[in-house]
Order: sequence, then C-alpha cells, then structure tokens
Amino acid sequence: MIKIVFFAALREQLDCAELSLNADDVKTVNDVKQRLSDKNSQWRQTFSNASLLSAVNHDMVDGSHLVKSGDEVAFFPPVTGG
Amino acid sequence: MISQDVLKEISIQTKDFSLADEVALLEKDNLTDGAVVTFTGRVRNNNNGNSVTSLTLEHYPGMTEKSLAKIINQAKEQWRIGRVKVIHRIGELHIGEQIVFVGVTSKHRQDAFAANEFIMDYLKVKAPFWKKEQITEAGKTSENWLDAKTSDTDKAELWS
Repeated sequence: MIKIVFFAALREQLDCAELSLNADDVKTVNDVKQRLSDKNSQWRQTFSNASLLSAVNHDMVDGSHLVKSGDEVAFFPPVTGG
Repeated sequence: MISQDVLKEISIQTKDFSLADEVALLEKDNLTDGAVVTFTGRVRNNNNGNSVTSLTLEHYPGMTEKSLAKIINQAKEQWRIGRVKVIHRIGELHIGEQIVFVGVTSKHRQDAFAANEFIMDYLKVKAPFWKKEQITEAGKTSENWLDAKTSDTDKAELWS
C-alpha cells in the first residue's frame, strides 16, 4: 500500500487528511494524482490545480517520480512559512 | 538520512523563543567566530489591506525537518559558517508574536549575512509550512489560507 497525505487548504477542500492506495495500480506520482482525480468531480477539480506540490518520503518531487509500496506520498499547496 | 548534528540546529515548536537566549547559545564557547547574524520574523497586523488578528501555522512533520536540514547543509557548503540555528513556530500566533528565527555565525560578517538570507529565502519556498490568517473586515471575522508569493520564488531563484 501507499500512504497518501494532504495538507493545509488542500486537506480542507478534500475534507481528507490521509488515505491508502493499492501500489499495484500506480507507477508514478502522476498516476496517483490521476487515481485520486477519478474519485469524483470535486477531487478532479481540486487536483487540476497546476500549482499543487508533491513529495515522496518527505522529498519534494515532480509528477514523473516513481512510487512503490510503503512510500508516503504527500500533496499540498505552495508553501507559505517564514 | 539526516544527521543528528543538523537536527540539533532545527526546532519546530509551539512555544515562543528568546532572541537573547538564542544569541547566547550561538556565542557560548565560540571564540573563533566574530560575526553573529540573526533574523526574526513576526506576525504583522496587516496583509493585502486586511486587518489580521492572528495566524495559524500548519506544517508537515518529518518533511519540515528534512527540508530545513537540506537547506542548512546547502548553506554550509556554500559559505564558511560556524553555528546555525533555525526555529519555526507552529500553531496559533497573534499579532507581534515571533514566528521564525534564523541565526548564523561566521569568522567574518559576509558569510553569516549571506547564509542567513539564503536560509530564510529557501525556507520561504521549500519548507512545508502553511499560514492561515484570521482577518477582521467591517466587523466580520473570517479566515483564509495565504497564497504563495511569486516574489518569494523569484528571490529564492536568485541564489541558484
């Protein structure tokens, strides 16, 4: 399984902090995004936002990054700390 | 893996910090560095014309420490610096409260100035923190997540 976590405005829009996905169904971060978009129209609209960032195992990555079982994949808006 | 040494230079905390105590720690038994540069970020009472009453800071535990460790290590590769400390507060913060601290020491001032600015600029665009502001407009209170600023991205890109 792959653990998927969401933060900040994205978590609130989805009303979901985390979920699990079967690793057999996805190869890349973009595949994960696609699977999540397929959930329903609201998720599709949320994930169509091009500015969303992604991380795998706490490192920022782009959509082509490979994912495997045991990974933690995160999606979040551009960061605003400091 | 993140080394234990660099993790000691990072603190993510809800409680406030003392600038004087942090400077004292950067200077304690440190007789080789002549320069101590510190930056403190505070909660402003205004943003985009709105009256801000408080902020709530969220972060991604684990990734926050990893990204800050990476930024600190990059600064150490680029400049000759001695000690580093980065503190970032999370949770609810009110106007005037301290949010972030970056302290850097070096033999001479140039390295500490540059490294401090670099760490802050990269923290702004790479460390997973998000601010939600509580604003009061015409007597009504509302809250919204802050948008990232392109000026912050542009500033960070100047270092690469």
